[in-house]
Amino acid sequence: MAKLALHQWFQKRKLEKEAGPASERLDIPGNLWIKCTKCQVAIFAKDLDANLKVCPKCGYHFKLSARERIEATIDPETFTEISPFLHSKDFLGFVDSAPYSQRILKSEEKTGLADAIVIGEGELHGIEVGIGVMDFSFMGGSMGSVVGEKVTRIAEICLDKKIPLIIFSSSGGARMQEGIMSLMQMAKTSAALSRLRSAAIPYLSIMTDPTTGGTTASFAMLGDLNIAEPGALIGFAGPRVIEQTIRQKLPPGFQRAEFLEKHGMVDIVSERGKMKEELKKVLHFFENAAKT
Amino acid sequence: MPQKPNRVLLEFEKPLLELYKKIDDLKMQDMDMSEEIKMLEKRIETLQRDIFSNLTPIQIVQVARHIKRPTTLDLINLIFNDFVEMRGDRNFSDDPAMVGGLAMLPGCKKSNPLGETIFDQPVVLIGQQKGSNTKENIKRNFGMAHPEGYRKALRLMHLAERFNAPIISFIDTPGAFCGIGAEERGQAEAIAKNLRSMAGLSVPFISIVIGEGGSGGALGIGMGNRVLMLEFSIYSVISPEGCASILFRDAKKAPHAAEVSKITAIDLLEMNVIDEIIKEPVGGAHNNYKETALNIGSAIKKHLSDLARLSSRELIADRYRKYRNMGYFTEE
Repeated sequence: MAKLALHQWFQKRKLEKEAGPASERLDIPGNLWIKCTKCQVAIFAKDLDANLKVCPKCGYHFKLSARERIEATIDPETFTEISPFLHSKDFLGFVDSAPYSQRILKSEEKTGLADAIVIGEGELHGIEVGIGVMDFSFMGGSMGSVVGEKVTRIAEICLDKKIPLIIFSSSGGARMQEGIMSLMQMAKTSAALSRLRSAAIPYLSIMTDPTTGGTTASFAMLGDLNIAEPGALIGFAGPRVIEQTIRQKLPPGFQRAEFLEKHGMVDIVSERGKMKEELKKVLHFFENAAKT
Repeated sequence: MPQKPNRVLLEFEKPLLELYKKIDDLKMQDMDMSEEIKMLEKRIETLQRDIFSNLTPIQIVQVARHIKRPTTLDLINLIFNDFVEMRGDRNFSDDPAMVGGLAMLPGCKKSNPLGETIFDQPVVLIGQQKGSNTKENIKRNFGMAHPEGYRKALRLMHLAERFNAPIISFIDTPGAFCGIGAEERGQAEAIAKNLRSMAGLSVPFISIVIGEGGSGGALGIGMGNRVLMLEFSIYSVISPEGCASILFRDAKKAPHAAEVSKITAIDLLEMNVIDEIIKEPVGGAHNNYKETALNIGSAIKKHLSDLARLSSRELIADRYRKYRNMGYFTEE
């Protein structure tokens, strides 16, 4: 390995810290502790869950599964899932390090989900909404035909019932194993949102860590309000691709939620613990604006 | 006509080299060698026909990216009259990687009770612009537009809508640019907004992939009622090189990636992502700009006259149906 100058070494260490390793579960007999990705502090797993998976020490937001997110957002016992049996199809017979069909099965087993998004209807502080929640642990939350179809279906249901749409994104972008069809989902979902817009149905987009690529460049950026979780990576191209393209280091905080807020792409950066209240206020406005 | 002095032959075209050399030699002679030259040219044509009817996907990628391939402005100037280029997004700057403007399409036909009338159709044009040499390519950022390019395109689309003019978009880009400025100014937002806006356009809209259809950067101006592709162009979610280095962990596997990702016009027609393949002249579009332009022009006229039958409402519904139906999944 090439020798690094001292400042380079510090910079590298800082970058590594920023990128962070996946959180570690420290298995200590009797207890389950989790090491924070950012501040490295060991947190009692139950405390972390009780705090919506936000580090009590440094405020780092761990990723939530789709189910956890729904539980944190929708009033208890009001959620009805829609189209839970939509499955991806390996129509290209695509094989990289594993066949796509196997990747799907593995992800299904790992997550208990049929694909990278769960959609449904429910209430948020008593207000009826349609909701879609992506799950990064299903093939990096990539958007293929199923994600596109489900976003479109929930948008069409909201149009039909005249209820607001909320989508939580967490996605690495288009699912390359579906080739051009994954790209076309950008067109499909955006077309569905264009109908909501014409009908003045509110659409709230919440971007969580990470939201990049074709997902950002379609439905995630099209909210009447765009909201983000603190520190979430949000962008068109991933930071590695940009670095390779322009051959220079990226400034600190680049493509983080606060950066997008500063550059006018995001209305609100909201901590997870305050998200539901924030959404309630916004929905309350739209509910009353529509009546008057 | 082959362009003699700066002929650029691709690897698989090398068998032609010998014949071209012979022609060049004959032309240097004082005697009239036109008969011989004609024969050689015939042989070149046959050989080209042969080569180009058996291209592999990665070879098609090379033709699609050919440095002499006609660019958007080359084609605009050959197909349309009175092109007025418009510049700027009225917000940040102009983007030379995205061009557009007003033009007249001559020779359009309208049938009426008295027969047929021929007229010039006003159209709004947009398209990514590559250069045909390194200097131009640097100016044009290799056809990779920034957010201001997409916003300029959107401005033109809305103008078209207000004046009831059909829109023709020419797609030729490796992708939307990724860089610091592009992210700061909202590349994702610019493309997303274009997608949503294109879905709602009340005028006929035809998109034509003339070279490289690179991912979201291509789709960002490509949501036509009809999507057409030149025979040797490509359209993909990621470049074969990108796909190879991410999924196969080896950029050298690009030929394989090109194969399995299904990015050629024939593949995309089969999947109903595009509506028609426009034939290219023998030896590819770069071999004969005029013929290429002629083929594209007649395809545009045919589809415009079809779309002219639809009302604004029907055009929007037609577009919605087209994209709504895209995707393969099972439900059980």
